[in-house]
Amino acid sequence: MAKQLIFITALLVTLAVFAFTMRKYLLYFRFTKSLKLDRFSQRFYETFNVAIAQTKIFRQPVMGFLHAMVFWGFIVILIGSIEMVIDGIFRTERVFGLAGIAYDIVIATGDIFALIIAFAILVFLFRRLFMHVKRFYGTEMKPVSKADANMALSFILLLMLTLLGMNTFYYLDAQLAGHEIAGVYPVSQFIAGLFGQLTQNQVHILHEINWWGHILLIFAFANVLPYSKHFHVFMSVPNVFVSRIDPLGKIETMESIKKEVMLMLNPSASVGNDNQSEIPKFGVSDANDVSWVNYMNALSCTECGRCTAVCPANITGKLLSPRKIMMDVRARMKEKGPGLVKEGIGFSDGRSLLGDYISEEELWACTMCNACAQECPVNINQPSIILDMRRYLVLEKSSAPAGLNTVFTNIENNGAPWQFSPQDRLNWTEEIFMNG
Amino acid sequence: MENKIKIEVPVMADVFAGGRKPEWLFWVGSAGAFDDRYKKVTRAFVKLLTYLEIDYAVLGSEESDSGDVARRAGNEMLFQMQAMTNSEVMNAYGIKKIVTCCPHDFNTLKNEYPDFGGYYEVWHHSQFLDKMIDEGKLNHVSNIFEKNTIVFHDPCYLGRANKEYDAPRSVLDHIPSVIIEMPRNRSFGLCCGAGGGQMFKEAEKGNKEVFIERTEEALATGADIIATACPFCMVMMTDGLKYKNREDDVKNYDIAELLCMGLGL
Repeated sequence: MAKQLIFITALLVTLAVFAFTMRKYLLYFRFTKSLKLDRFSQRFYETFNVAIAQTKIFRQPVMGFLHAMVFWGFIVILIGSIEMVIDGIFRTERVFGLAGIAYDIVIATGDIFALIIAFAILVFLFRRLFMHVKRFYGTEMKPVSKADANMALSFILLLMLTLLGMNTFYYLDAQLAGHEIAGVYPVSQFIAGLFGQLTQNQVHILHEINWWGHILLIFAFANVLPYSKHFHVFMSVPNVFVSRIDPLGKIETMESIKKEVMLMLNPSASVGNDNQSEIPKFGVSDANDVSWVNYMNALSCTECGRCTAVCPANITGKLLSPRKIMMDVRARMKEKGPGLVKEGIGFSDGRSLLGDYISEEELWACTMCNACAQECPVNINQPSIILDMRRYLVLEKSSAPAGLNTVFTNIENNGAPWQFSPQDRLNWTEEIFMNG
Repeated sequence: MENKIKIEVPVMADVFAGGRKPEWLFWVGSAGAFDDRYKKVTRAFVKLLTYLEIDYAVLGSEESDSGDVARRAGNEMLFQMQAMTNSEVMNAYGIKKIVTCCPHDFNTLKNEYPDFGGYYEVWHHSQFLDKMIDEGKLNHVSNIFEKNTIVFHDPCYLGRANKEYDAPRSVLDHIPSVIIEMPRNRSFGLCCGAGGGQMFKEAEKGNKEVFIERTEEALATGADIIATACPFCMVMMTDGLKYKNREDDVKNYDIAELLCMGLGL
């Protein structure tokens, strides 16, 4: 009875803290720009393809395979975790065991996955601690970002060790007591063989330690994640669902400008009759100017650096790093969010995303080649934020590099980026001969 | 050899005045009309269109910049004006099918003009030529490139932006030669460095220019022809070859030029 109370208390505390954190994020989302989602069947397909089937992470086959193992393993193991919560609340033991053969399959798969995931995590930790993998470095990768990554990996490693411990001692306990064993344990059964000399009492205590250790680690992990780059565990799948599904080359049209342009080209046309005197702000200069999908992208970024590793600007030593853009959006919202919640949209702390976090030099180094977006395993679209910040610079501040200003003037005056007359557009047609 | 035939490029306004509506609009693009190097590609493609007896016309002085650079450099206002003006002109001619040698214009016309009332079936010249090859209309490519090794550089706006990796490659496959790949190819292809307005501005401080990085990668393959399918890529790769002092032994051609030469046009 006491155990049950402790469990329910721990669960309620976990859920309360989690709800508190999520509420905070939801409030931040309210300050971002709205964006309508459509084409839902295509989104389900994309989610299956990119999130569930992990297709984009396989672009790096070896590490991609290990990550896919961790992801698929997590899904199977999640079933066991739900069972633990039910067991904890109702004082049952392995309640899903009633499912018979289906249970055997799930538990056996989870048991094997626990070992595979533990191995994968050790490889990941080894790469981070002892190998110089270039994409784990960069100006945005501060010691705290590295500690965050190692912390998340250590958490998962402990989760897998306690899971295997729990299975091992459950198996031994049931065996010694002569009970029927629920589930099949290909890995833990083998480990159990190494602990054959323990008494039933010792085995029982070890099972309790691992059971509680595992479930409390899950509770703790769930509440650490939202404050970590590893929030991606929760955010990635929904992020893929809401992500941009247009061709990478298509840029979102600014509807706010369209009206003005239509009036400019055809002043007599009536373009809606709303007497809105309010002039909208063009582009992005602060975290709350981004769309909610952009912000979701930022929360889903796990700082893997695949984007930065393929960025032509970054490869050639420029300041731009697409990963940094995403980290900056998240960090700036974390900084400004509480003020926004307290004082509303008018809140200002005298700082902004553009300038204090992201410099113009970074923004102008982008070639819009979309290599970053192509690479992101969770469909983050970095160029859309870069472009929206360029839009702010050009449309609100008239601040573009000199060469581009010349291009704008030329296109306006003579319809080409260079200073050639439209009348000369056919000059290339002179003297073309078919050689016979 | 005085059987050379002068090609008269049909202009939409004239064709229309004559009461005809051409099947295709050949969208030349600003680079295709004004960049000295790319004008050669435009001419090569016109030769192919003529050889194929395609019913086409160009807009000529009625064509204006697609607005791709303006949009990617952040000037949405200017882009939208270009998009609306161009769509209006094309809609007035009732244009349905467009072919262009520029992947940037291909992308903008295909994906972005619909937001401004411009709905067209847009083809990149690599796709168009690939189709003609499939239909058996471009047989008899000679062996002049037999001893050459060709490496193809993927334009971002054909490849990643629109997932077209195969068409330019199958055009090249049609030309007897050795075709090889750079380590970073197809969706992994490295940008030439000209996109997003970079072509028209100084590069930011770094330790290398992007076009040099890409040219070095192409040169490392040992190829003696770098094939491109984009005016910006062509400027960059040609500059890269000059920078590396390799413009004498390594050439940069558009896939349309290679096909044109192979056919002896």
